[in-house]
Amino acid sequence: MQALTDRAMPVDRRPLNFWEKMYLPGIFKGMAITMRHIFRKKATISYPEQKRPFSPVFRGLQILNRDEEGRERCTACGLCAVACPAEAITMEGAERKPGEEHLYREEKYAAKYEINMLRCIFCGFCEEACPKDAIYLTETFAPSSFERDHFIYGKEDLLIPLPGEETKTPRP
Amino acid sequence: MILQIGTYFLVEKFILIAIVLAISLLVAMYSTYAERKVAAVIQDRLGPNRAGPFGILQPLADGAKLFFKEEIIPSHSTRFLFILGPSLAMLTACMTGAVIPWGDSLHLGGHVVPLQVADVNIGILYIFGVVSLGVYGIMIGAWASNNKFSLLGGIRAASQIISYELAMGLALIALLMLTGSLSLNDIVRQQHGFWKGGYFTWNAFRQPVGFLIFLVCAFAECNRTPFDLAECENELVNGYHTEYSSMKLGFYLFAEYVNMFISSAVMATLFFGGYNFPFMDHLGLSANWITVLGVVALFLKIGLLIFLFMWVRWTIPRFRYDQLMKLGWKMLIPLALLNILVTGGVALYFNH
Repeated sequence: MQALTDRAMPVDRRPLNFWEKMYLPGIFKGMAITMRHIFRKKATISYPEQKRPFSPVFRGLQILNRDEEGRERCTACGLCAVACPAEAITMEGAERKPGEEHLYREEKYAAKYEINMLRCIFCGFCEEACPKDAIYLTETFAPSSFERDHFIYGKEDLLIPLPGEETKTPRP
Repeated sequence: MILQIGTYFLVEKFILIAIVLAISLLVAMYSTYAERKVAAVIQDRLGPNRAGPFGILQPLADGAKLFFKEEIIPSHSTRFLFILGPSLAMLTACMTGAVIPWGDSLHLGGHVVPLQVADVNIGILYIFGVVSLGVYGIMIGAWASNNKFSLLGGIRAASQIISYELAMGLALIALLMLTGSLSLNDIVRQQHGFWKGGYFTWNAFRQPVGFLIFLVCAFAECNRTPFDLAECENELVNGYHTEYSSMKLGFYLFAEYVNMFISSAVMATLFFGGYNFPFMDHLGLSANWITVLGVVALFLKIGLLIFLFMWVRWTIPRFRYDQLMKLGWKMLIPLALLNILVTGGVALYFNH
């Protein structure tokens, strides 16, 4: 039979010789190996105190971006929802009223914008689809919770806070 | 003859028994912690470190968890025997400590207090008797569970212990030919110091083959890893304690650690000079201090042997059942017999 990989090794099925039948040399060899491992550097990362650094291309929770004047960039065009392969994004658009120009950048804005983090696969297609640079993936992930409802992130969770505004505490 | 037993004697022995029992349980408790730590560092992990500083409260947390778990007694089990099994395992594990000399005598205000609960002149036979009773705990528990896996585990435990007890006894006979006494106290006293008359006094250096056989058999008797056929997880779903839960399971697991502690103590006593340590006569300390240091030395030796148990456990995989039997009957027993023959020859040559 042809080997599937170049790393295949034939199994040695010769009967054990006397030295091997004594077991002890093999056992001592093994014990030397485990003794060496005692002094090795440990692979564990003590999680809450120590965190593993994310790679620069890590894709985590989405945020909704603002422009330089602090206005929401999202115009509720729905392209992100169309691009989303997991169908995690829903939104409702609304028309900007006179006097709200300091809140929303364009005439239309997202009155409701929800991402279901249980459905989201963090592929980043929404980020790529967005023509207004309104949605970005950050380097955090959703905190754990016992409630399914807690994973549906609304606008208040996704919008980045204005400078000076309190950062919204993550949901329990 | 009327036995002359004074109240002082009784009080002294009771205190000693309480201390020995407490220490064996404490050491066993921290052996579980040590086992997890040793396993972790051997596998490049950190091990338990969250309960208390360095995780030293972990055994308490484990014990509390076991106590609060639901107690299940299967409806098809034999209720009385089902409860008797773990109790017997725990009882026999704790009984062996009675004859081990934990130290030399203490001189307290005119009284001589030997640090040994019972100096019986057949100490080794007592240990053998109690250790062979230990398998009844496993067998009874396995039988009473009324479960095929448990029964298989029980059968394996029984046959394994019978096979290895033979080799263990034969290994000890060679040792007894040198010591000429069955009393553990005498055997320890013969190993006084470390070096005398141009050779080591400790029996491990006089009986290396005997020690090796005894060590292997002790692993088997404790059901520790190369020989944990009775409870192998992947074949028998934990064998004899499949049906056990809560503290009854805890007793089985705990009995294993008490057994490990006691068999380490027996090995330290028989082969590593017990409470003797090198240069004990040249320190110029009072007899009481030497005794205290001796106890410390004994516990140091026990600790090292327990570490050896764990080191081996996390190094090598389990033997197959036929390998186990072949090793016991075709290798260890002939080797032990040969050892007896050679020991006899050497003893004759040097004594003539």
